[in-house]
Amino acid sequence: MYGKGLRSLSLITAGAVTLTLAAVFFWAPNATYGFLEKILYLHVPLAIITLCGFVAAGLMAVAHLHTRDERWDMRSYVAIHISLIFGIAVLLSGSIWARGAWGHWWVWQEPTLVSFLLIMLLYATYQPLRFAIEDPERQARYASVFAITAGVFVPVCFGIVRLSPAYVHPRTLDNISGNLPGRMQVVFYLSMVSMTLLWVTLWKFEMTAKHVAAQLRQLRRALGEDHDDAPARRSAAPSLSRIASPN
Amino acid sequence: MTAPRTSSVVAALLRAQLRLELRTFESVPAMWLFAVTAFVLFHFGLDRDQLSGDLASGVLWVTLLLAALLAINRLYLADAEQGGFDGFLLSPADRTALLAAKVMTLLCYLVAVEIVAVPVFGVLLLQPPLGQALPGLLAVLALGDLGIAVIGALVGALAIRTQARDLLGPLVSLPLLVPVLLCVARATAPLFDPLHAGTLPLRWLVTVALYDALFGLLAFALFDFLLED
Repeated sequence: MYGKGLRSLSLITAGAVTLTLAAVFFWAPNATYGFLEKILYLHVPLAIITLCGFVAAGLMAVAHLHTRDERWDMRSYVAIHISLIFGIAVLLSGSIWARGAWGHWWVWQEPTLVSFLLIMLLYATYQPLRFAIEDPERQARYASVFAITAGVFVPVCFGIVRLSPAYVHPRTLDNISGNLPGRMQVVFYLSMVSMTLLWVTLWKFEMTAKHVAAQLRQLRRALGEDHDDAPARRSAAPSLSRIASPN
Repeated sequence: MTAPRTSSVVAALLRAQLRLELRTFESVPAMWLFAVTAFVLFHFGLDRDQLSGDLASGVLWVTLLLAALLAINRLYLADAEQGGFDGFLLSPADRTALLAAKVMTLLCYLVAVEIVAVPVFGVLLLQPPLGQALPGLLAVLALGDLGIAVIGALVGALAIRTQARDLLGPLVSLPLLVPVLLCVARATAPLFDPLHAGTLPLRWLVTVALYDALFGLLAFALFDFLLED
C-alpha cells in the first residue's frame, strides 16, 4: 500500500518548502553575491538530492536483481524519473548561478556542473533503453543493470572530473560545515531537509499513482470491461503484473 | 558432464571471434577507414596542417573513441542474430567467459586499429615526431583501450537486444567513456608537446587504471544478468 500516509507527508512537505523559501528570502543574510546567492540554497540541496536519488535507484536495482521482485524495479524506475526532473532544475539553476556569478551561462571550469551534465546525459538514455525492450521481464532486468552501472558512475564521475587541475574557482558552498556563517548554515540544512522531503513525497506520489492504475486495471479486467486480448501498449514504464495483497 | 575450464572457453570464444572477423572483415577495416577519414575531417574542420599538444591528443583520442563505437555496435551482432547466445547458453560454460572473450576481442580490434591509425596520425597531422612520444603513448593507449574494451563489452551486451541498438549503444557508452577520454587525453597532451616531450603524467594513468578496474568488476558482476534468456 503506497497511499498510506501520503496526505500527511504532502502537508509536511508543503509546510517545509514554504518555510524554507521564507527563510531563504527573508531570513538568510546576503553575503558576497547578494540576492543571487539565494539560488544556491535551492540549487545545492537539489543537486545533492538528485545524486542521492540516482544512487538510491542503483541500490533499488540491486535489490531487484537480488530478489527478482518487480516492485523493486518500479521503485528504481520512479526514483530515476524523479531525480531526472530534479536534475533538469539543477542544470537550469546552476546555469543561472554561473551567469550571475561568473558571467557565463556555462562554465567548463566548474567541475560540479560538468560532471552533473555528464550524469544527466547518461541517465537521459534510461527511458529510451527501457522503451526499446518489449519483453517486460527483460526490460526490468536490463534497466536494473543500467541503473547499477550508472549509480556507480555518479560518484566516480565526480571524483575524476574534480581531479582536473584547471578548476580554480571559489567554491561558495563547498565546505558547508566550515566556512558558512551560522544563519546560512541553518537555512542550508533546512533547505536540505525540505528538498529531501519533496523528493520523497513526489516519489511516493508516483508510486501510488502507478499502484492505483494497476489495481484499477485489475478490477476492470475482473469486471470484464477490459479485453485481455487487446495488444499491450509498449511502454518505458514498468507495470505491475500482479498486485501484492495489501498488507 | 563437467564444466570446461573457463580459460579454455575464453580462448575458444576469442579464436572463434577473431576467425569470424578474419573471414568477414566486418569491423577492423571499417575502423581503419573511419579513423583516416576522421583525421581528414579534422584537418578541414580545424583548418590546421599540423597539430601538437592537447589539440593533437584530443583529435587522436576522439577519433579512436568514435572508431571503437563501430566495433562496439557490431560486437554481439552474430551472437544475437545467428543464435550465438543460445549456443553459448546451452553449453555448461561459465557466462563470464563470454564477457572476457568480448573484452579481449575489442582489445585486439583496438590494437589493430591503432597499429594503422597512430602512424597515419603521425604522418598526417602530428607536428612533433611520433618516435619521441611513442613509449609513453603505448602505456596510455594500453590503459585507454582497456577502459574502452570493458565498457564497450558491457554496454554492447546491454544494447544489442533492444530495438534501437545502433542508437543506444553509443548513447549509453559515450557518457561512461568520458572519464576515460578525460584521463587519456590529459595524459597524452604533454607527450605531444614539442617543447618538453616525454614527461608522462602518472596521476592520469593511475586514475584511468582505477576506472578500468572498477568497471571491470562492475561488468563481471552484472554481465550474467544480461544473458538470462
